[in-house]
Amino acid sequence: MKWKRKDLLGLQDLSAEEIALVLDTAASMKEILSRPIKKVPALRGRVVANVFYEPSTRTRVSFELAAKYLSAESVSITASASSVVKGESLKDTALTLAAMGADVVVLRHPLAGAPHLVARTVRCAVINAGDGFHEHPTQALLDLFTVREKKGTLAGLTVAIIGDILHSRVARSNIWGFTKMGARVRLCGPATMMPPGIEVTGARVCATVEEALEGADVVMALRIQKERQQEGLFPSLREYTGLFGLTRERLALARPDALVMHPGPMNRGVEISAAVADGPRAVITEQVTNGVAVRMALLYLLAGGGAVDG
Amino acid sequence: MDRLLLKGGRVVDPVEKKIWTADVLIDGGRIAALGPDLEPAGAAVMDVRGKLVCPGFIDMHVHLREPGYEAKETIETGSRAAARGGFTAVVCMPNTDPVADNKAVIAYIKARAEQLGLVRVYPVGAITRGSRGEELTEMAALKEAGAVALSDDGRPVSSASVMRRAMLYARMVGLPIISHCEDTSLSAGGVMHEGYMSTILGLPGIPAAAEEVMVAREIILAEHTGCRVHIAHVSTAGSVRLIREAKSRGVPVTAEATPHHLTLTHRAVAGYDTSTKVNPPLRSEEDVQALREALADGTIDVIATDHAPHTPEEKEVEYQLAPFGVVGLETAVGLVWTELVGTGILSPVEAVCKLSLNPARILGLPGGVIRVGGEADITVIDPHAEEVVDPSAFASKGRNTPFAGRRLRGLPVATIVRGRVVFSRGLAVVA
Amino acid sequence: MKYKAQIMDQEGIRRALTRIAHEIIERNKGTEGLALVGIRRRGVPLAERLAAKIREIEGREVPVGVLDITLYRDDLSTLGHQPLVQRTEVPFPVTDRKIVLVDDVIYTGRTTRAAMDAIMDLGRPRLIQLAVLVDRGHRELPIRADYVGKNVPTSRREVVAVRLVEIDGEDRVIILEKDEGPSFK
Repeated sequence: MKWKRKDLLGLQDLSAEEIALVLDTAASMKEILSRPIKKVPALRGRVVANVFYEPSTRTRVSFELAAKYLSAESVSITASASSVVKGESLKDTALTLAAMGADVVVLRHPLAGAPHLVARTVRCAVINAGDGFHEHPTQALLDLFTVREKKGTLAGLTVAIIGDILHSRVARSNIWGFTKMGARVRLCGPATMMPPGIEVTGARVCATVEEALEGADVVMALRIQKERQQEGLFPSLREYTGLFGLTRERLALARPDALVMHPGPMNRGVEISAAVADGPRAVITEQVTNGVAVRMALLYLLAGGGAVDG
Repeated sequence: MDRLLLKGGRVVDPVEKKIWTADVLIDGGRIAALGPDLEPAGAAVMDVRGKLVCPGFIDMHVHLREPGYEAKETIETGSRAAARGGFTAVVCMPNTDPVADNKAVIAYIKARAEQLGLVRVYPVGAITRGSRGEELTEMAALKEAGAVALSDDGRPVSSASVMRRAMLYARMVGLPIISHCEDTSLSAGGVMHEGYMSTILGLPGIPAAAEEVMVAREIILAEHTGCRVHIAHVSTAGSVRLIREAKSRGVPVTAEATPHHLTLTHRAVAGYDTSTKVNPPLRSEEDVQALREALADGTIDVIATDHAPHTPEEKEVEYQLAPFGVVGLETAVGLVWTELVGTGILSPVEAVCKLSLNPARILGLPGGVIRVGGEADITVIDPHAEEVVDPSAFASKGRNTPFAGRRLRGLPVATIVRGRVVFSRGLAVVA
Repeated sequence: MKYKAQIMDQEGIRRALTRIAHEIIERNKGTEGLALVGIRRRGVPLAERLAAKIREIEGREVPVGVLDITLYRDDLSTLGHQPLVQRTEVPFPVTDRKIVLVDDVIYTGRTTRAAMDAIMDLGRPRLIQLAVLVDRGHRELPIRADYVGKNVPTSRREVVAVRLVEIDGEDRVIILEKDEGPSFK
């Protein structure tokens, strides 16, 4: 199995074998993170441009460290959200970065499909670090990595994803990733935030949170954003917590060894209770560590060659 | 005066619903004779054996962009695109800058088109001033200046009350209303059909209900006011059901569908190609199927392109930031022949009804049938000619087509307006 | 690629490893502070076999580590696709140890260079030595092996294939010749 893609735009495009290659490579990278000298020369002289049109300290720092540990040069550009609409077009920004010699462009953008536009425009590799409500493949890969490390396998597991699925790129990428690797995915959230036709991904929509959690091996709570209340998508945080909040009582429905995950940042006491977030089943901080290993694996795989496209 | 003989073609008569072998003699911009084996002296001859000789096609829904948006298209480039696409006449929407809500803009468009002498251009006047959905335009004056219908296409009239008054007044003036049916409170922010593809792509959806709610409203208002209402670019199965039911009760409603809504689904949006971004959006497989059935059973009267050119700079952006619209004039006939006639959904006669006779009747325009003494507007189709769609070859300024690279079979090979050949492909005229 | 000649059989490999094990013990005056590190892929079973021999001879366990040098290769930027990265597993501190790197063949010396860099990133060893089953010449760096099973003069058109039971199901060393025309490793 060799990596043949120029870009990583979403997990929908990847085969189970490709996902497994990323996870295996990430396992090798994780060993480097345990060393006193966390640096290998693999990407010496390569340039990684982190272009963030949305603030995300967590993902940006994770990519920066991943680049540094592989000896790549890394530059980060944080553009304000307003520059998406006015100012230089995304196409021109991409052409500029490519002309300056970037080998990999890591793009976070508030609009779905922005990385596809960049990938079509430049010859260098493009990694989607989250685009609108579309996908966040690196987050899902680190979630898969974390679960595989803890459970030994992904096949046959039952994963419950609870919350605002409509606005969640993390949910979409995780649905593709887990189902491709042989896990079953259940979804639950307010009807106004359940996107139509989501079943085509292979996920099952559950009517109640109890039904979703029953016997689950992995429980993932999604961040609920207060703005959605102003948009009229749900009546109040209190009612949301009452119907969908992940509490110890509800978690008792899942398997005794179920893992609790959250893509962060958390609203403690809203979508997840503090007791659950800090409880023994939570692997939320490990998700962060594994994020660096997964991003090292992706930078390594995508920065390779360069002469061979496709 | 020029005399032109179209020799040996298969003449399509959408009124008599027949195709027969006949020669057509054109003299002084009119049909002078029609029948087998004509041998007039001193006429130039165009050999059209094996071709279909059709009454000139009329695209009753285009955006020529002039005045105001000449970077996207002009009356000249749009007219050339129409001619190249086999259309002898186009009906242009009023969302220009300034909006065609006054006599001067209507008169300008007509004058410019006549000056060019390419295809016939029939302007549509706005329903409300500035298409702001508030005050009615001077509809009688617009009609006098040459407007053939009224529409606030692209900026649908949101107030039911304003629309009701507009219909009452339009009926009095004797102009039909063309309605772009969209409840903007339901479509707000949406950029594609709301369905499993919008879910997968993470793009905000436009639900089918956004169109259907307004189709229902227009039907109810048409029924109450007696105004003739034409539903533009029908895109959903639900709209089809509403229109079919209204027609069965005798409500004065007609409808059109575009080639892109008849041939593409929301799956085309995968990859975020902004040339698939159009309003109403490309819908589901079930919707396309319903549109095709509605076309065959007559619920949908007309095929019109909603030709909406944009500059490459406007379209080479993030999907959500791109403007809505695709060009259609230069692919429509080929798509109709390849996807609808070639697959047996429409007979050639029915296709000519949708492209010529019906729009002429709905808008009261000359043409629609080839008759001795009638205007010599003719479209010649070669049902066996093939091409691969190449946007760089378009006469339109717009290159925003979702059909680039598609192989088409059955193409317009000559476009004759007022007896003058304004476009031909591989057909020689021998003097 | 076509078969040309066999240069070692199972017995030959066994004898060579026995001799190298003796030489390692002799040169290092016992096994104190000694560790073997096999370079993936065929250096790993060879390191384990040497450790077993040393145990037989001295009755002492010598720790064995596994080194993946992929991330240290100097040709990464020229390859079409990135080679598979596998785990490095060196479950003992490297600092102040005598490290014997073990590989199947030494050729240009570039793999050894990468392996030395990889080991030094794990700590500061007291010394590094190199044991190989076959030295086929054509060095491109100032590097030599401390322990050699067999010196085999080769041409650059030839390939030395070490086949081991643990990986290939048989023990032998053969020489293959590349076909005409451009070839890629």
